[in-house]
Amino acid sequence: MLTTIADLPTGFADKVFAAQSTFRAVMEAMARPGSRQRVPADTGAPAGLMRGAAAIALTLFDHDTPIWLDPQLGHAAAWLKFHTGAPLVVDPAGASFAMIAEGAALPELDRFSLGSNEYPDRSTTLILQVDSLTEGCVYELRGPGIDGTAILRAALAPGDLGDRLAINATLFPRGVDVVLVHDDTVVAIPRTTRLAAVED
Amino acid sequence: MDVTGTIDKETQRKAAMLVLAHAETAEISALLDAIAQPEHLDLRTPEHGLVMLRGRIGGDGAPFNLGEATVSRAAVRLASGEVGFGYVLGRDRVKARLIALCDALIQSDAPADIVDEQVLAPLRAAMLAERGRTAAEAAATRVDFYTMVRGEG
Repeated sequence: MLTTIADLPTGFADKVFAAQSTFRAVMEAMARPGSRQRVPADTGAPAGLMRGAAAIALTLFDHDTPIWLDPQLGHAAAWLKFHTGAPLVVDPAGASFAMIAEGAALPELDRFSLGSNEYPDRSTTLILQVDSLTEGCVYELRGPGIDGTAILRAALAPGDLGDRLAINATLFPRGVDVVLVHDDTVVAIPRTTRLAAVED
Repeated sequence: MDVTGTIDKETQRKAAMLVLAHAETAEISALLDAIAQPEHLDLRTPEHGLVMLRGRIGGDGAPFNLGEATVSRAAVRLASGEVGFGYVLGRDRVKARLIALCDALIQSDAPADIVDEQVLAPLRAAMLAERGRTAAEAAATRVDFYTMVRGEG
């Protein structure tokens, strides 16, 4: 059944300040890959969309950013449309942002937009909901914004995300940026960061 | 709801918008405060934005962008599920929200008549009185021009 407007959850309670602090959190996360940032999100969210992901959507999406939703998030479309006005696309290659609730079903990364050498910023930013950002496998992160190495413990799906993100190294400056979200915590893995699984 | 019922509701909402758009924020607020308001929440908190105004020369020429105008909008949802929308020209966010609330109330069954009688009716009367006054003022200064016919009178 289609969601009617009468069933839609609300957006940010305090639009301006919430959007500013969410933007700040995402920016900090991108600047310090692997660090956990909290999104101070007092927001409604449709079922299946975590608070952090909802806050990022309300902050970054608008009518100029086509978005792609994984099949699990199909019912969130009406909420996104109402609050952000962002157009939905079927082809992930045309999306500025992709929201993924079910990481195991993540399409191959080269199906998303990787940008061009002239405009590497025109790539898709993946917003990937994960089961945990405190428990799970241990990953070692290297790259700009990290002094030496950073350790990230997270339950990432798909399990081979680290290997898949290797295309970022080969294609640079093209590539995809990833924002991991669990509840109201975000961790960014920009395309310059190298992710390697560490054996416990 | 049957088809005529829907049309009536639409007409009623349009008529209400006509009145509310011309009313002062303070007046709407005072009249709304006087009636019992059901539980409601801001589905879309009031916000400003720009809309592109388009024009056509002579009304039927090629469309062109005339310029942008500031618009405020809001959406309010009653506990019973009705969603009302308010869009007003300018930056009056309070007015946009009040209009959205009125719009939602008009759609719900019971409060619709109360809103119509106690909020819209006084505003409509004030609007018509104001229009009548301006028209009367204009009429008082009207000058009729006659064409003089030359020649034998």
